[in-house]
Amino acid sequence: MSTAVAQKKGFGAFLWDYLTTVDHKKIAHLYLVSGGLFFLLGGLEAMIIRIQLMKPDNEFISAGLYNEMLTMHGTTMIFLAAMPLIFALMNAVVPLQIGARDVAFPFLNSLGFWLFLAGGVILNCSWFMGGAPDAGWTAYAPLSTTSPGHGVDFYVIGLQIAGAGTLIGGINFLVTIVNMRAPGMSYMRMPLFTWAVFVTSTLILFAFPALTVGLFLMMFDRMFGSAFFDVNAGGNVIIWEHLFWIFGHPEVYILILPLFGAFSDIFSTFSKKRLFGYSAMVFATVLIGFLGFMVWAHHMFTTGMGPVANSIFAVTTMAIAVPTGIKIFNWLFTMWGGAIRMTTAMLWSIAFIPTFTIGGMTGVMLASAAADYQYHDTYFVVAHFHYVIVGGVVFGIFASLHYWWPKMFGKVLNEKLGKLTFWPFFIGFHLTFFIQHFLGLMGMPRRYWKFLEGQGLETGNMISSIGAFFMAFGTIVFLINVVYTAVKEEKAPADPYDGRTLEWSIPSPPPFYNFKQTPLVRGLDPLWVEKSEGKKGMTPAEPLGDIHMPNSSILPFVMSLGLFIAGFGFIYQVDNIAWLSLVFIGMGITLGCMLIRSVKDDLGYHVHKEDLEEEGGH
Amino acid sequence: MSNEDVLNPKRMPHEPEKATLEGKNKFLGFWFFLGGETVLFASLFGTYLALNDSTAGGPSADELFGLELVFIMTMLLLTSSLTSVYAIYHMKNNDLGKMLVWLGVTVALGFAFLGCEIYEFYHYIHGEHFTFRSSAFGSAFYTLVGFHGGHVLFGLLWILSLIIRNAKRGINLYNAPKFYVASLYWHFIDVVWVFIFTVVYLMGKVG
Repeated sequence: MSTAVAQKKGFGAFLWDYLTTVDHKKIAHLYLVSGGLFFLLGGLEAMIIRIQLMKPDNEFISAGLYNEMLTMHGTTMIFLAAMPLIFALMNAVVPLQIGARDVAFPFLNSLGFWLFLAGGVILNCSWFMGGAPDAGWTAYAPLSTTSPGHGVDFYVIGLQIAGAGTLIGGINFLVTIVNMRAPGMSYMRMPLFTWAVFVTSTLILFAFPALTVGLFLMMFDRMFGSAFFDVNAGGNVIIWEHLFWIFGHPEVYILILPLFGAFSDIFSTFSKKRLFGYSAMVFATVLIGFLGFMVWAHHMFTTGMGPVANSIFAVTTMAIAVPTGIKIFNWLFTMWGGAIRMTTAMLWSIAFIPTFTIGGMTGVMLASAAADYQYHDTYFVVAHFHYVIVGGVVFGIFASLHYWWPKMFGKVLNEKLGKLTFWPFFIGFHLTFFIQHFLGLMGMPRRYWKFLEGQGLETGNMISSIGAFFMAFGTIVFLINVVYTAVKEEKAPADPYDGRTLEWSIPSPPPFYNFKQTPLVRGLDPLWVEKSEGKKGMTPAEPLGDIHMPNSSILPFVMSLGLFIAGFGFIYQVDNIAWLSLVFIGMGITLGCMLIRSVKDDLGYHVHKEDLEEEGGH
Repeated sequence: MSNEDVLNPKRMPHEPEKATLEGKNKFLGFWFFLGGETVLFASLFGTYLALNDSTAGGPSADELFGLELVFIMTMLLLTSSLTSVYAIYHMKNNDLGKMLVWLGVTVALGFAFLGCEIYEFYHYIHGEHFTFRSSAFGSAFYTLVGFHGGHVLFGLLWILSLIIRNAKRGINLYNAPKFYVASLYWHFIDVVWVFIFTVVYLMGKVG
């Protein structure tokens, strides 16, 4: 069962291996590849938007197609690129950081991935089946409920299925972190990334069901004739806005918190210091998660909730700047006096600090409800959320990928190409989005297909579009780096950066059982604790013994396939009732698989002590 | 712990549902899942409360609901929750026969509840012409109560399949967590019904 044997098999076996895998490290690969592809797709949509807005009165694409582009850009980037890339990092790193051999629910882990992929593919099938969703990524009713064609139906069904996958993933990581920590790994010894994933998973658990309900209501309205958002029958369109943002605002913290954690680990490693103010960082993370649920209505200041509600949500929103400020200063103090190494991962992290701070500052500006009447739905908002989402999440994903690449794939990414990824992307990002603050203040509304000549918007939009090409160049260099590194670079050692946490105590990439013997954790930064006492690696907490491992299974894939089929049935039964048969077939497949999973014993298998001894010591 | 020890434990621990790591994970994971379900139903309740007066000229809650049937349904479901407690009590005593009997009673009560609900919906649709599409109130009512009914149906099929699968083998460390979380699910459905009874029916009659 060694990984070396598996690699010698043909392509069919390789494919089957990934279709059935329940190994968190391979599921991380799946999330990374599919999330990466969706990132490129979302990026392409962004490029088309920027080309359309390059010059006034442009006719590059039609108005309808532009609406589809901006909707799919937002939806793809949030749900199909950022979320899975974060799940890739969570899967690749968290079990290793807490000294576990796998996640708590390996089967559900696989199911979560395949559900996400099924949802993402459904959403993108819309391009080939009569047009993509075109009501914006927020899909406000009644624009979305009255949008003709099936575009928004694909949005509703695709996100419903992908969202179920995310919810499953969140529960899985919560239980993993609570139950699977190695001996001695107390909560206050967990690396910041693991802490951030823990808080993020809580947010997922309590935020996604609100989206589930919102999507169900919209599905019932669009496909089954209910009247939730139909004002003529007594419906209320504001319910959608509330449900969407009760999910949607925690969602942006779901996106950024894991990367806050990753930055903390990176700053600490490349400054050769323990994280400054560890307990304050943990406290700030939890507080951001908590406050994240109390601010959703700041997206709705202009909806007409009244001055009392607006004031309350303005104050809670501004309050979030406090824990975030704590984090910014702790990162700076971590670097203060440290032995800093300017690796690519560190460059991305350092660039993140001023970029994200600008985004946070405009966030406080937007939080002032009275001023927001001026900013609302202008490019100022677009600039703000790209500063936090790209400057925080995308910079963070690049930093993390460069940092953990050796642990995921066994080779350190080429540093020269890494820097050639960073600089064009960093410069291009600020070119594109800094100027948009001013375009917004000058009154340019977001989501408009065209702007007109002679309103002073030409230069700003041209600069913005040029910046987008810089970012595209940087991304292409990253892809070249991935291929170059795979072909040319040497195999990485277990601990290429003189690391501090448990993942660097095992080989790169780790064996499928991760830890031959569960490590004994004796402090914060456990590997560093051992190193500072002159030891080479971790002290085991148990004698060498049999290792229990979960069985692979094709069921998660088939279950997701069932929902994929049923999804098309739901979408098209509006046109012809015969399509309902697909719903029954698809749901039958999924429920049948659940029944099989319930009644068929699956106890896993054991790797025997003798086989582990043969493989030699690590 | 070897697979043999899990399937045929030599000595049954007091809490077989939490004796293995898998059992502990399932126990905790299911509690988290119920936390998510709580948000799901909270969102549905919120939607219902926002729309319960939006009758669009159709029948209102006060005109529609009769508390007699709903009271019987409440009693059926509350009793079924109690019988599922008996079942888990016998599971902990390693008494398969009695556990299965009480689970059977639970399922029977659950189906009786579901039958009443179907009768109620049938009556509203054909007797009162109050449907899912007639008003925003109708949509919200059938969605909230229907989601609960769907949970009841799923729970019944789940418990039934557990009964059938394990009828011929004893309680072990592998299936004990399954029975335990199924009973947790059943309690959760019961709690949601208590809120539906209060918010939808009682407040609909007197609110």
